[in-house]
Amino acid sequence: MANECACMGAPTLIFSCSGAADVGEVADRAARMLTKEGLGRMYCLAGIGGRVSGIVKTTEAADRILVIDGCPLDCAKNSLDQAGIGRYNHLQLADLGLAKGQSPANDENVSRAAAQAREMLGAGCLTMALPSAKA
Amino acid sequence: MKKIQILGTGCAKCKKLAENAEAAAKQLGLEHDLVKITDINEIMKYGVMMTPALAIDGDVKSVGKALSVDEIKAFLK
Repeated sequence: MANECACMGAPTLIFSCSGAADVGEVADRAARMLTKEGLGRMYCLAGIGGRVSGIVKTTEAADRILVIDGCPLDCAKNSLDQAGIGRYNHLQLADLGLAKGQSPANDENVSRAAAQAREMLGAGCLTMALPSAKA
Repeated sequence: MKKIQILGTGCAKCKKLAENAEAAAKQLGLEHDLVKITDINEIMKYGVMMTPALAIDGDVKSVGKALSVDEIKAFLK
């Protein structure tokens, strides 16, 4: 890989609980989808829990942070809180009606989670603005 | 001996951080080894996604900032 400068603007980071339950997988897949779309960069929640200094410091320096939790245990949110990182947007999939144990990680559920996440990241505004720009 | 690591690919901000780190260590009279890590793959091994970054004895202290001499001294004390 070329030595590209990485000193441009602070990144948007996305943390997913990526838990063992179905909704953990939904959260994980949504985070990866948003990363592929370029809306942010999925980052390692385990690095926050493990207090890996490079990951914690990068997170502290992030422009925006989106945290996606699959269930109301809010493991991802609590992990960031306990690391002293309190500046984030929080998406709780239960609030979208995705109940733990009853929400398989299929395309429909992942798309629902990703759509809400896009809106929280502000990308929903861009999508809505496009049709009117054409008119 | 303190190991001061500057993580950055060599842009102006990275060079400034290295200069300031060297000055900070000298002002404190600290025995040190300043290492510039410029390979992006090596930088990513620290979990860092923004540069420049400052690590001391392998522990990342700052990311994305060209810290001042005084700020670096605070980490070295």
